[in-house]
Amino acid sequence: MLNEHGPVVVDARDVTVAIGGRPVLRSNTLRVHEGEFLALMGANGSGKSTLVRALTGLRPLTSGSVALFGTPLDDFDQRQRIGFVPQRATAAGGVPASVREVVASGRLTRRRVLRPPGRADRRAVADALEVVGLADRAGDGISTLSGGQQQRALIARALAGEPDLFFLDEPTAGVDLPNQQALAAALRTLSERGATVVLVAHELGPLAPLVDRAVVLRDGRIAYDGPPLSEEAVHFHHHPTTEHHDHAPHVASPLDTLEGGR
Amino acid sequence: MNLIDLLGLDFMHRALLAALFTGLAAPAIGTFLVQKRLALLGDGIGHIAVTGVALGLLTGTSPTWTAVVVAIIGAVVIEVIREQGHTNGDVALALLFYGGLAGGVLITGLDGQGASSLNSYLFGSLTSIRGGDVWFTLALAVVILAVTLGLLPQLFSVASDPEFAKVAGLQVRAYNVLVAVLAAVTVTVAMRTVGLLLVSALMVVPVATSQQLARSFRTTLTGAMGVGVVAAVGGLLLSAALSVHATVAPGPTIVLLALAMFASTWPLGVWLRHRRRLRAPFPAVPADGTDHSHDVTEDHSHQHGDDCGHPAVQHGDHVDYVHDGHRHAPHGEHYDEH
Repeated sequence: MLNEHGPVVVDARDVTVAIGGRPVLRSNTLRVHEGEFLALMGANGSGKSTLVRALTGLRPLTSGSVALFGTPLDDFDQRQRIGFVPQRATAAGGVPASVREVVASGRLTRRRVLRPPGRADRRAVADALEVVGLADRAGDGISTLSGGQQQRALIARALAGEPDLFFLDEPTAGVDLPNQQALAAALRTLSERGATVVLVAHELGPLAPLVDRAVVLRDGRIAYDGPPLSEEAVHFHHHPTTEHHDHAPHVASPLDTLEGGR
Repeated sequence: MNLIDLLGLDFMHRALLAALFTGLAAPAIGTFLVQKRLALLGDGIGHIAVTGVALGLLTGTSPTWTAVVVAIIGAVVIEVIREQGHTNGDVALALLFYGGLAGGVLITGLDGQGASSLNSYLFGSLTSIRGGDVWFTLALAVVILAVTLGLLPQLFSVASDPEFAKVAGLQVRAYNVLVAVLAAVTVTVAMRTVGLLLVSALMVVPVATSQQLARSFRTTLTGAMGVGVVAAVGGLLLSAALSVHATVAPGPTIVLLALAMFASTWPLGVWLRHRRRLRAPFPAVPADGTDHSHDVTEDHSHQHGDDCGHPAVQHGDHVDYVHDGHRHAPHGEHYDEH
């Protein structure tokens, strides 16, 4: 659904992010058009997750600017247009929650405070569960689902607000192949409905056919921006750095802080 | 004097009402603390509130009000440290907890009183509840129920995934501070019935009990409130009945009753979860080239059926009977080993 002449949905200019004083992203400019399916790739520690967190407002910018749908991020209040799938090992908390409750929390962007959910809200939640193939598990506890199914529930949660723009942070990490295929089917449905997708991935796997633009980060800078690449080209096989790369020294004392959080 | 006589007394009416409202309010706010994996926050606030009580005793003002103020300040500080400090947040919390308890005992000593004057605040005391306390508890219970039930979707979202909630445009910090402040007020109000050192139990144990049987957040919340009311009112009556024979503080009785309810539901929860795991469908066989689906079981004299006692688990388009490490799928006259 690539439309290079469509309106710019994400407009990031000279995005620089420092964590604990150390620059993690340096002067990156990225424009995403409506309907694009973009994969943000790169090795561990290259800054791809940080870039998505900067684009969603979770990580404050040190310099540069981000605008979503033409509105600067600070003034952006159409939160229902964004669907965010954070990187999570599990969707369960300390108290049992049903799959439907977790997914319904994604509908809050379109619900008013202190109002019970309406028919449209219930239909959107049911539709989101249908798209990720979990409709028959809606009443089950989220912790009884497998890791891959929980990841699909998190996608359904983002979907429940009926957004136009999705940010997904490593949705396929640690997910088995059948669940990766189910994820790919769900994302294909979204993309065919005209949604813009920004996906952080270490490996694409079954998602590869969906991607129509790849952006590769390397040590905090965009090293490549163009048509999808083969896996080796992304990981610069002549330069294998697979060990974990720390952005900033870890907090050592209770009251020490990293500005903006970790 | 027996229990019936006791029930006719004014202070007993006040204590029962206070216990009823506390039993409703404490687990309601506790559910969100447990969801945030902050089950011990109530305990920490309780320790800090000891300093507040001691300040009240020292200055001659109402210990309830000084405790409320100090507990709210402590809860907000904990919330700020939690938000900023990240990795070592629990250590910072511990520093506050022990600082609060030590400060309270020290200040009581300065006042020329022994730590024993703190006792009725630490473990609850039936006779110390006054009319004003009952109205205050009622008002608090109403506020907590209105907030937790009215804002349930928002608070649930913030408690389970603050980052997602922030991207969705929710005021995460405001909701977190709201929960912390409500927890602080609950702790100080409950110190009359359960006492500061045990109030956290009334926030957490009913939730732990309720989640043995519940599958959803909403049923856990309402179930915990039910358990809380039974534990608080039942424990109070029990301690009153026993106090004819010996000195029995209401706090420990309420907490032990709640724990007994947990202990009795726990095996049921273990069994339910075991059964659910046992009956989860097997994945349909992935096409990896080898097909084991027609390995015939030799000489299987047992006849599997609806009432044979072996769990029948869905596997693709048929069921497998599970026993002794085998999965037997009926196939014509024999069973296949799946």
